[in-house]
Amino acid sequence: MKWETVIGLETHAQLSTASKIFSGAATAFGAAPNTQASAVDIALPGVLPVLNRGAVERAIRFGLAVGATINRRSVFARKNYFYPDLPKGYQISQFEIPVVQGGTLTIATAQGEKTVRLTRAHLEEDAGKSLHEDFHGMTGIDLNRAGTPLLEIVSEPDMRSAAEAVAYAKTLHALVKWIGICDGNMQEGSFRCDANVSVRPAGETKLGTRCEIKNLNSFRFLEQAIEFEVRRQIELIEDGGKVVQETRLYDPDKHQTRSMRSKEDAQDYRYFPDPDLPPLSIDDAWIDRVKSGLPELPEAMKARFESQYGLPAYDARTLTSSRELAAYFEATAAAIPGEAKMAANWVLGELSAALNKVERDICDAPVSSVQLAGLLRRIQDGTISGKIAKDVFDAIWAGEATGDNAADTIIAKKGLKQISDSGAIEKIVDEVIAANPAIVAEFRAGKEKAFNSLVGKAMAASRGKANPAQVNSILKLKLGA
Amino acid sequence: MIGAPIAELGAALRAKRLSSVELTQRLLDRIARLNPVLNAFISVDPDRALADAKAADAAIAAGAAGPLTGIPVAHKDILATAAMRTTCGSRMLANYTSPYDAHVVEGLARAGTVLVGKTNMDEFAMGSSSETSHFGPVKNPWNLKYVPGGSSGGSAAAVAARLVPAGTGTDTGGSIRQPAALSGICGLKPTYGICSRYGLVAFASSLDQAGPFAQTAEDIALLLNAMAGHDARDSTSLDRPTEDYTRVLRRDGGARPLAGVTIGLPREYFGAGIDPDVARAIDAALAEFRALGARTVEITLPNARLSVPVYYVIAPAEASSNLSRFDGVRYGHRAAKYDDLTDMYGKSRAEGFGAEVKRRILVGTYVLSHGYYDAYYLKAQQVRHLIADDFRHAYRTCDVIVGPTAPTAAFPIGAKTDDPVQMYLNDIFTVAANLVGAPALSIPCGFDRNGLPIGLQIQGDYFAEAKMLDVAHRFQQATDWHGKRPALAEDID
Repeated sequence: MKWETVIGLETHAQLSTASKIFSGAATAFGAAPNTQASAVDIALPGVLPVLNRGAVERAIRFGLAVGATINRRSVFARKNYFYPDLPKGYQISQFEIPVVQGGTLTIATAQGEKTVRLTRAHLEEDAGKSLHEDFHGMTGIDLNRAGTPLLEIVSEPDMRSAAEAVAYAKTLHALVKWIGICDGNMQEGSFRCDANVSVRPAGETKLGTRCEIKNLNSFRFLEQAIEFEVRRQIELIEDGGKVVQETRLYDPDKHQTRSMRSKEDAQDYRYFPDPDLPPLSIDDAWIDRVKSGLPELPEAMKARFESQYGLPAYDARTLTSSRELAAYFEATAAAIPGEAKMAANWVLGELSAALNKVERDICDAPVSSVQLAGLLRRIQDGTISGKIAKDVFDAIWAGEATGDNAADTIIAKKGLKQISDSGAIEKIVDEVIAANPAIVAEFRAGKEKAFNSLVGKAMAASRGKANPAQVNSILKLKLGA
Repeated sequence: MIGAPIAELGAALRAKRLSSVELTQRLLDRIARLNPVLNAFISVDPDRALADAKAADAAIAAGAAGPLTGIPVAHKDILATAAMRTTCGSRMLANYTSPYDAHVVEGLARAGTVLVGKTNMDEFAMGSSSETSHFGPVKNPWNLKYVPGGSSGGSAAAVAARLVPAGTGTDTGGSIRQPAALSGICGLKPTYGICSRYGLVAFASSLDQAGPFAQTAEDIALLLNAMAGHDARDSTSLDRPTEDYTRVLRRDGGARPLAGVTIGLPREYFGAGIDPDVARAIDAALAEFRALGARTVEITLPNARLSVPVYYVIAPAEASSNLSRFDGVRYGHRAAKYDDLTDMYGKSRAEGFGAEVKRRILVGTYVLSHGYYDAYYLKAQQVRHLIADDFRHAYRTCDVIVGPTAPTAAFPIGAKTDDPVQMYLNDIFTVAANLVGAPALSIPCGFDRNGLPIGLQIQGDYFAEAKMLDVAHRFQQATDWHGKRPALAEDID
């Protein structure tokens, strides 16, 4: 039987506010345990939550960026359960009326672009952390993270493969960073996903029973966990079993998911509106203010890159995968008008490869956009060949020259200027013909490949500096080809 | 003199006829003598009180005294104080000291009051008799075999026994007004949001409101001036211009100071179930109001009869969530022995909470449960709106609403502890104000056949505190019920 996979994601994005969602304590990562927990975060008797408007503003930003409805009135609710790192015995979240409703996200899949519908996005507070190591049979509680603002973004079950789920997660990850509401740091838990996975026979319209895989904090784990879970569910059904609705955890070491709790064990959270917080009202003026502060969004920028620079869709999408990369490209392209495609090729090719190799971010690229544009200008005016340009690029990367004119400095220092003097090239070609009679003979005997061999030798003799086009034509002329 | 109302004491202090240290010391002596009998205080700190008094005397000497400078005050033990522990009358918090002061505690401290101690109360403010305290029941100063009302019974008893001229309480369903009535003093529950709840250990967040106890309406106004005010730390605190609640009291009202005031008498408050002595005392008071120029009209609050059931859904629901933080993890009582996490929660809470608190947590958990929420909690919230509509409608035809604060005077200790519903029915006239969020005041208006005080409730529309206090003040200028003292306070000069 052919099976169809159905996936929906719930993503927790930690909002980049300096202080917590309901207290003035700092949200910075990595402080000594419980040093960033105020009376409110510890839930001392008598304390009350006060909403951080910065968190709301970030939620509005997100809603606008995905074309969602910003609810003019939303309600904070208490989700009641006991856990040692949940100080109040309830989490303040939004239940019936979230701040953001609807919206869509466009993702790139193997079959082309796809629109994923969003159900909602709501504000809530994070819990603290239970530390089970180093306490000899006891549990340590660190409440630094308690009260950290989160935006929980819930998608519709619109993804049909692990790859699509990853594409969605990556696009969402890029977007929240793009609009500056989340630092996206997955190691620190700033962006984590829960995946709702089910399978059904191809063609079936009813959804299968789903399992929720909790707390996937890398794209790789997300993909592996879904792939495992899909296989597990299909095998289970094919063996005559039934999928039980439950929450599962992914174990990356064993490459498998295991049951955490079944639906029957699911707690009754006894949600009710938090009487300590009046309903959150957002007026048009606030929304307008946030809207005017929004940067150009990736989708719009991608479309502009295609029309303004004539870039293919793939280049435009990749260049707009982050604001910094897009900015780098635009700065480069602006410095060398008319050569946007070449700029895109270099940014996505040489530069990205070099960055990936050392796992560096575009912000820390050792070659600036001005330096890259300076280099490309020398290709454009024929001073150097594309091949030599790569050497020059490596030299700038290695810090052999600094400043805006680093490319020129290196070309001059290393004498890499392309030889375009036909007299000089003719001389080299003559020498190559004279020194390689056997190859010349092969060529004359009809072996086309021999010609390329002679070009290569001429280029080598010029230490790569000869204009390849000229070498080609002069050699042809000399051999009477 | 030390048993006098705040206004008189303040005048004597500012005229240096009395020092705050002397006043405080003499009251501390009274507390030392009478508290073992009354059990009104959970904590008293004489050294600290005298230090406050000394500072107050210095302020008076420097000519920087306000109307409350040097006035001793007792706070209900549900209001957080950094100076002494805040137990909420519970074993759960028997050894808990807050690192900060509640907003109303700060306000009264800023006004120069002297903090003498923290008062006993029903555990976590759950009760109408001050019998559910882990620290034992509070006794009514008028008759030690009787309850003083609750939950703020310790403050009410302390003020009634003239142990302090001023006290604070919190009122979730009548917990200031009912003990004020049963103890023969004045107590005000302000409009919801007038006094910040910051530092008030939450029982039912949408109903809780702190307020003052004193001998007179005038004193209540003085205390409210210091307790009210916007506080950014409480999102339900109202941001409105500060008001001087004593201003209207100073106007010259002439012979008929209540001329132009219409008093609404809810048909539902004068029916069966009211003790005849209470009914008689209220009738006499109404005659006095009319003599002072007020007009009375009959009104109706058709949904008010639903107040108690609605209250006993909403209050426990919020309480069940509010009290979840008492889990033995970070502070408060933790069982000495337990097997695992669940066992630690279970034992710590079983040992830390008393029966009434557990009962309300269970009720609250039930009404919020999946499948019951709509039928109970949601329905109760809907009825709450209907009750608010009743009052809105009533205030089109009257300025204040008057009736008994409680259906009876004080009852004997232990009389209702086995019958929670009978106990809950004590709140029948008081809970509506909390559900609606409107202000309500109780003042003494007579005594029953056992010589126990009877309270009269004056309710008003939102922010009508000044008007209500004026009505009470004019009544007190013409009568002396507020001046009556229990026998154990008659000896003081």
